[in-house]
Amino acid sequence: MHPSTWLKTDNTGLYCEPGGFYIDPMTEVDTALVTHGHADHARAGHHTVYASVETLAIMQTRYGEDMAEKQHTVSLGEKLTFNDVTVTFYPAGHILGSTQILLEYGGYKVVVSGDYKRRHDPTCPPFQIVPCDVLITEATFGLPVFEHPPIENEIEKLLHSLRVFPTRCHLVGAYALGKCQRLIIALREAGYHKPIYLHGAQLKLCDLYQQFDIDLGELIPVSQVDDKKELAGEIVIAPPSALADRWSRSLPNVRTVMASGWMQIRARAKQRNAELPLIISDHCDWPELLRTIEEVNPKEVWVTHGREDALMYQAEKMGFKARALSLVGYDEEEQGGD
Amino acid sequence: MEAFSNLLEQLYFTAGTKAKAQLIADYIENTPDPDRGWAIAAMAGTLRFDFFKRNTVKKLITEHTDPALFAMSYDYVGEVSETVAHLWPFNSPVSPLPSLHSIVDTFATVSKQKVSATLAEYLTMMTPSQRWALLKLGTRGLRIGVSARSIKQILADYGKKDIKEIETLWHAVNPPYTELLQWLEGKADKPDIENAVTFHPVMLSHPIEDNDIDTFDANLWQIENKYDGIRVQLAVNTELAGKDKESEKLATNSTDEQEREKALFSRTGDDISHSFPDLLDEMSGNMVLDGELLVIHNTEKATASASDMASRSSASEPIVDTFNALQQRLNKKKPTKPLMQSNPVGLIVYDALVLEGEKLTSLTLEARRKKLASWFEQKKPPRLFLSNTLRASSPESLRALHNTVCDNRSVEGLMIKRLDSTYVPGRPKGQWYKWKRDPLVVDAVIMYAQRGHGKRSSFYSDFTFGAWEGEQLLPIGKAYSGFTDEELKKLDNWVRRNAVGRFGPVREVKKELVFEVAFDAVHPSNRHKSGVALRFPRIHRIRWDKPANEADTLDALKLLIER
Repeated sequence: MHPSTWLKTDNTGLYCEPGGFYIDPMTEVDTALVTHGHADHARAGHHTVYASVETLAIMQTRYGEDMAEKQHTVSLGEKLTFNDVTVTFYPAGHILGSTQILLEYGGYKVVVSGDYKRRHDPTCPPFQIVPCDVLITEATFGLPVFEHPPIENEIEKLLHSLRVFPTRCHLVGAYALGKCQRLIIALREAGYHKPIYLHGAQLKLCDLYQQFDIDLGELIPVSQVDDKKELAGEIVIAPPSALADRWSRSLPNVRTVMASGWMQIRARAKQRNAELPLIISDHCDWPELLRTIEEVNPKEVWVTHGREDALMYQAEKMGFKARALSLVGYDEEEQGGD
Repeated sequence: MEAFSNLLEQLYFTAGTKAKAQLIADYIENTPDPDRGWAIAAMAGTLRFDFFKRNTVKKLITEHTDPALFAMSYDYVGEVSETVAHLWPFNSPVSPLPSLHSIVDTFATVSKQKVSATLAEYLTMMTPSQRWALLKLGTRGLRIGVSARSIKQILADYGKKDIKEIETLWHAVNPPYTELLQWLEGKADKPDIENAVTFHPVMLSHPIEDNDIDTFDANLWQIENKYDGIRVQLAVNTELAGKDKESEKLATNSTDEQEREKALFSRTGDDISHSFPDLLDEMSGNMVLDGELLVIHNTEKATASASDMASRSSASEPIVDTFNALQQRLNKKKPTKPLMQSNPVGLIVYDALVLEGEKLTSLTLEARRKKLASWFEQKKPPRLFLSNTLRASSPESLRALHNTVCDNRSVEGLMIKRLDSTYVPGRPKGQWYKWKRDPLVVDAVIMYAQRGHGKRSSFYSDFTFGAWEGEQLLPIGKAYSGFTDEELKKLDNWVRRNAVGRFGPVREVKKELVFEVAFDAVHPSNRHKSGVALRFPRIHRIRWDKPANEADTLDALKLLIER
């Protein structure tokens, strides 16, 4: 049976009818399979949640231990069955605990990729190519203008700025889950071993990463620094929303840095009032999206949130059948792992 | 080129005039001539030619990339140069890059056929941000948030001079400003501009406030119509002709630019002479006049004899056409004869900075006006009309005058100027006031939305709205402005939730939301299905409360058409 007859989208998200479950639903449902912990994919209040051990831990950290009545840990590669539907989780390389989900039913294989990337990321196993009939892919950076530079380049920009402006506090806006930790690790890999200072919103998730044996070096909450003048010439990481907030006023001579894949587009960087935009993304850029489609080599590509028009156009040009799968709720502006 | 590209990159992301000025000053100090002069010209908008046309860029990129993908990318990025900078498919870096001067020089001399290939070569040797800088430079669209005035201020500070000195010199010196920069650095004399026909910075007005009206005293103020045309400066010096030309040429190696005898400038100093040869051809003398450019239908050169004097003076009331008529003359590089005949331009003169070679700027308005009036009486200059003065004896009668004047659709309000005001460039306080007509408003229904450009490139911020004709909505205009950032976010959100269709980048939305649209005038138009076009529409208020079926009808709007 063709997947279009048993995979449906509604106001809640992507629903697998014969399996009786949603994937990354936006509102509370009975059974939810969650690909990763970003807030626009993982919501609280479902009855039963299936996810990787890290994703469950992230959800508990954010929403509390009782974020769902029943919480099932799924191991990578383990086969689960929901009625006649077989479900397997594979790594997606997006953030800690991120997965893609393979659905097998009626002679068809469908991969829901969730959010994913193809670059090196020490916090999670790399994206795995899973052969299938239908690949459901995101298209966050689905335009040929997006070619993310190597993260080392961007880190060097930040280190260079620290040398040129040694008395300015470098306030880096980075999403609390995934981006923040990746940034810290990249700084450490580039030889930056001074303490890194954190806004309160980043603390719990950094602790969680460290519980999963990911070494982030010395981290100090900004709130524990009595004389904020000491932060001159240091790196402070805060959620993007805090950059222009009153909170940042106590910091000395701030230079506003913003780490996100969107920073490639000038106007976007400017909207964020970033003085130093760093192009750091946890999604595929355009060449990686195309490479993934080629390597997975499905019969059909369904494109979800992002710039689906261009990716569909290109997939068809490459000889794949393509359609848009409009899913609600993946907020274009504030989505988690950009 | 690297330094210039770095400068642009930094300017783009740096907020605050002061910080930007520091960056520019640093660049000027550390960059050799003539590169820095070209950069100044690029930033101040005084480069005289496009290196290449926007269309050349578009053609080039579509030859080398998939046009559909380009279109989608452009729609998202919101700007051609940046889209091209990212999508350009070839890269073989060259270090160092050619200098800014050599790039300017190359494009100034390359033959038309080779422009595109030359551009391609440069793009290939550059990084995306250098490409962006080149493309912005070459199409003269830097938009780095630094005004020409700030550049002059930066130059003044750099040379420790008064900005007025720079402003007076500005239009008589040319890029790459080597002379000017040498003078600022104390290495050369001040450039000599004694006889040049050049722009004189104009005097501007403030919007009037209630308080100013309440304290109005008829003995102190001159009142005039505020005409609905464009403010221009007419600079003429035909009396030099032949005299020193030869020696001057040898001395200063002057260009065509410096030899000219007449020019028409916009109020920001753009030279718009080429669009109005019908006006300039008939000018002679030695003068600088401040006035309003309009389409005026009784501009024919008078052939009257002395005996006709009486009838001529009554005929010399200008017959002014609408702004719409003038619009057809603006931005025409070479107007056709029929256009110049059907829409002839003239000038309503309200002030003189120089008259018969005499500088008047330090005289009072009253004295300048007297000289101007007797000059008009004596010369009867073709195509020029002296602006009328109006009378009001008290604040009440001034208000009444404003109301009557505003019924006349060829003026857009009143100008109220102090009789004792000397002519001071800039916007001095308490000297000149403008009192515009209240805008017209219409309640229209939003029909389509498109993402904006520049800073708004991710927001649905360009709206097409319509008025009712029976059961049907017909588009009457587009607006991009008039809302706060907060409202912009709300509107963007509303569009995303209420989109019902899609035409390329354009989203059609549910016909449910009403805008109160303010505009200055409405004109008949065959370009729009509705048959009307609004002048300067902007969103006045968002009527979240108003049902769409209570929005205005097209018939109601047509009643407001001029004449």
